[in-house]
Amino acid sequence: MTAGETHQAIEAIFRIERARLIAGLARVVRNVDRAEELAQDALVVALSEWPKTGVPANPGAWLMTAAKRRAIDAIRRDRMRERKHEEIARELDDASEDAAEAIEAAMDDDLGDELLGLIFTACHPILSPDARAALTLRVIGGLTTDEIARAFLTSEATIAQRIVRAKRTIGKAGLTFEAPRGPERAARLPSVLEVIYLIFNEGYAATAGDDLVRPSLCLEARRLGRMLAGLMPEDAEVVGLLALMEIQASRLNARIGPDGALLTLNEQNRARWDQLMIRRGLDALARAEALGGKGPYALQAALAACHARARSAADTDWPRIAALYDRLRVVSPSPVIDLNRAVAHSMAFGPEAGLRLIDEIADAAALRNYAPLPAARGDFLFRAGRSAEARSEFQAAASLTRNARERAFLLARADACG
Amino acid sequence: MRVMVFVKATEDSEKGISPTAETMKLFEAMGRFNEELSNAGVLLAGDGLKPSSQAKRVAFDGPGRTVIDGPFAETRELVAGYWLWEVKNMDEAVAWVKRCPNPMLGPSEIEIRPLYEMADLQEFLTPEAAEINDPTRRKLSRA
Repeated sequence: MTAGETHQAIEAIFRIERARLIAGLARVVRNVDRAEELAQDALVVALSEWPKTGVPANPGAWLMTAAKRRAIDAIRRDRMRERKHEEIARELDDASEDAAEAIEAAMDDDLGDELLGLIFTACHPILSPDARAALTLRVIGGLTTDEIARAFLTSEATIAQRIVRAKRTIGKAGLTFEAPRGPERAARLPSVLEVIYLIFNEGYAATAGDDLVRPSLCLEARRLGRMLAGLMPEDAEVVGLLALMEIQASRLNARIGPDGALLTLNEQNRARWDQLMIRRGLDALARAEALGGKGPYALQAALAACHARARSAADTDWPRIAALYDRLRVVSPSPVIDLNRAVAHSMAFGPEAGLRLIDEIADAAALRNYAPLPAARGDFLFRAGRSAEARSEFQAAASLTRNARERAFLLARADACG
Repeated sequence: MRVMVFVKATEDSEKGISPTAETMKLFEAMGRFNEELSNAGVLLAGDGLKPSSQAKRVAFDGPGRTVIDGPFAETRELVAGYWLWEVKNMDEAVAWVKRCPNPMLGPSEIEIRPLYEMADLQEFLTPEAAEINDPTRRKLSRA
């Protein structure tokens, strides 16, 4: 093995260990920057020693020890610089011994908890969702600022600044990097899940740029979701989010049509759905439901699963979907969910059921210029035989949409009303 | 990138799973390794394969299809188990394989094969064939 190859192998090992390493160090030095520096220092030592001694049996532990040593040395050095007299130097030795012991003790703690602590800290609600996402991808995901910038279609400088500011905010707030427990954990978990799902959605329904989907972001989000599920396997919403992402990601290859536009569920070629992902998603959903499965992510996963199980659009279990929306709107109220619920009821129980529900939300401010609302009502009216009213709804929807392909589709439906 | 990771067969694995204390230890260690892979977000799929005595082959020659029953002789070339992993590069794949506990009681081999991804096929696929196979690369048509 040439020296170059060994370096690559060592860096690959480092990449596997990096997040846990930073987590363990951050817990002790209480500073993400410092933790990252110490981790990097450990890598440098590994790069110089492992080619001679070979890769150690437990590389993670080796790196942690190397980083720990440097942390202790740095503390001693700092204190040496501050004081000069011999007696004070004696005190110093005691103090730095205490510090060294504290570091040793802290670093022997359960590693799983430390990684979870780092995740919760990077996703702390005092940071904006964008800042949380950038910091999480950098520190937990190990992406470079360049990779993150490309993923979110901003400049590297913007992301770098975002991360610097996020670290500063964390520092000023004096966060401990410890994983929260009990009620505090339950209260802060939503902001962690929000970040992971934000990253996923950016890849699934890319809001900017030429590509309609960016699978690499979905990949990264799912990886984070799996890591979190490994650390918190007993939490229904953590497992539910994983299920949701796996099932949605299974459709990535089917979402884009020949003319380059996004296809709806009805239009997608289901043969292109990734069955391996669907199976993993359904397994995760089963675990989430066994754990309770009443939260918004578990319910959305259950909804996605209904579609995943249907071999064709015609096989869709609409009554089940309707029932799930009935539950989802209670835990996660939103006019858009209410609209989807109306559609589900119309598919399950007939157009009049849909019309009844849609009339209840017709005046919602949030849906005022939302094309899918009149589009749905138009569909219900058409199926109920009320063609003239259907036509005006489709025309209204067509005027609201900014998507040319969708407009053409709605105008065609208006024409079909005779 | 995705890789397929094969555990190659040995004479022992061709005899099937023997429920001895030693093999149970192998199973436990492998189970823990699979959990590590899963928690790191690397594991996409994985299974053990039954011995070739339960396998069949189909030989293709022009229009000809011939079914051949196992067992098959070339133990060294047979696959006893597989994984599908998502990794950054081959170095990471190798690093993970090195962490794997011994898959067999005696000496054994694990092979790592990267999958063809769309980018690799672009060069020789016709534009139509490429499009059919990878819609996610298509750009939004300016409508």
